[in-house]
Amino acid sequence: MSLSSSDVKRIAHLARIEVSDEEAEATLQKLSGILGLIEQMQAVDTAGIVPMSHSQDVVQRLRADVVTETNQRATFQAIAPAVEEGLYLVPKVIE
Amino acid sequence: MINSSLKQLGAMLQTKQVSSTELTQAFLQRIDQHNPEINAYITIEAERSLAQAKAADARIAAGNAAPLTGIPIAQKDIFVANGWKTTCGSKMLDNFIGPYDATVIKLFDDAGAVNLGKTNMDEFAMGSSNETSYYGKVQNPWDRTRVPGGSSGGSAAAVAARLCAAATGTDTGGSIRQPASLCGLSGLKPTYGLVSRYGMIAFASSLDQAGPMAKSCEDMALMMNVMTGFDERDSTSLQRDKENYERELGKPLQGLRVGLPKEFFAEGLSSEVAAVVESAIAEYRKLGAEIVEISLPNTQLSIPVYYVLAPAEASSNLSRFDGVRYGHRAAEYDDLLDMYCKSRAEGFGAEVKRRILIGTYVLSAGYYDAYYLKAQQIRRLIAEDFAKAFTQCDVIMGPTAPGTAFRSGEKANDPVSMYLEDLYTIAVNLAGLPGMSIPAGFASVDGKQLPVGLQVIGNYFDEARMLNVGHAYQQVTDWHTRMPEGL
Repeated sequence: MSLSSSDVKRIAHLARIEVSDEEAEATLQKLSGILGLIEQMQAVDTAGIVPMSHSQDVVQRLRADVVTETNQRATFQAIAPAVEEGLYLVPKVIE
Repeated sequence: MINSSLKQLGAMLQTKQVSSTELTQAFLQRIDQHNPEINAYITIEAERSLAQAKAADARIAAGNAAPLTGIPIAQKDIFVANGWKTTCGSKMLDNFIGPYDATVIKLFDDAGAVNLGKTNMDEFAMGSSNETSYYGKVQNPWDRTRVPGGSSGGSAAAVAARLCAAATGTDTGGSIRQPASLCGLSGLKPTYGLVSRYGMIAFASSLDQAGPMAKSCEDMALMMNVMTGFDERDSTSLQRDKENYERELGKPLQGLRVGLPKEFFAEGLSSEVAAVVESAIAEYRKLGAEIVEISLPNTQLSIPVYYVLAPAEASSNLSRFDGVRYGHRAAEYDDLLDMYCKSRAEGFGAEVKRRILIGTYVLSAGYYDAYYLKAQQIRRLIAEDFAKAFTQCDVIMGPTAPGTAFRSGEKANDPVSMYLEDLYTIAVNLAGLPGMSIPAGFASVDGKQLPVGLQVIGNYFDEARMLNVGHAYQQVTDWHTRMPEGL
């Protein structure tokens, strides 16, 4: 799989990271090396193998549907970039 | 004092030969003196540490001391600590003051240990040299022109330079074991799910695991007793009874079956490291171990599999850094989308961006089966290799890293060569097994004596035995007591 610098820009947009044309070009070379490494996987026959997401045979724990956390809004908002009256401020999104 | 074991320090505190305040001050003074060069710590808060030391002294006086009460421990800056700046080595979190305690932090606090400071690390734990930190590179105390390894490079350098009694680390692909090897200390990555990940800033959630970094296996056993345990706040935490990790220490190794994977001694391993590892294995033979050759045929595939799974999980985990609720926000932007893109472009360093891009790519529409699913299938093959090996042996041994510490900058521009540093460690994370590195000797490189680590891999939940396997070796060798010059 080979990438072009416009692919890099498209992926960066999906990842919400701004990249300049020069950065995309420089990134392209390094990403191509990494993708070359990843391509080694394609030589392995994995037909019928069950994918492994966790090493232990565990099940998702359940708990009663009750409130367990205390209200920490003031603590958490103390480190936010911009807040007003308990709300997080972002640029206007609805005209 | 700086060379004493945790047990010795505990005894000195108990018998009032030294107070926790004096001990903490002694380490803070060493940090003052050496950290400007070594750069092992990002954040020191002397007043906070000394307040904890004072409380520990009161606890000791009241007769309520636990084994680690009053002992200064350095915490990797990946653990959120209430009131402490917690950066994860990133500009993104340069302004982040922890609003709560990670479970690991709370467990050490409850044990009465002193948090001595937050250690330097590769940005978001992505790196094998500590060169991707926003807070500058860390020097290897054995040769200041070389890297300490990574990502827990600050913790490793702090233990090696005796700038703390012990430290915590985290290991996603080798980040405890490889720096332990390169800096000449003991480091253990436990079985996945033993140590809570709550408040440990996530990199690759299915692989991340915290563990101890210390001077000896006995010290690590004491730390494991504190760090492990079920935590309902971590959905992958395993519901198991608390264990005493000291229980095996001192047992003879007679009849221990040690498996040597032939793939770990093949092309790519430096001859200096091979020689040290072989002499360590000869020592184990003398201790009564039986050596068997085993095979882990899919070892080579662990790197490509890791570089699909880890970036994929990272791209998802790091999407939380959007400049809205916490962390860096760009000063200027046009609209919401532009704010996200600029904040993330400014806040993340080059290696983190590369991994997010790789992860975004392998998870993008149409590629899931070819990359993520395929990697998870091969991950099972890798785990099955280990399962088969453990029918033939009790523990697996080999090198931790293919070489000794490399020079700063040597691999910084070639991500693929940096990734190969973790050739022997990554498969352990993929399988979720416990892995450990212990000092096994030194290799002479360019006139310098550089430490070499021996890796010990155990079966699931076999940490107590592994710690004894390391401890028995540390009773008959003194590599783990050696200290770099000039410190």
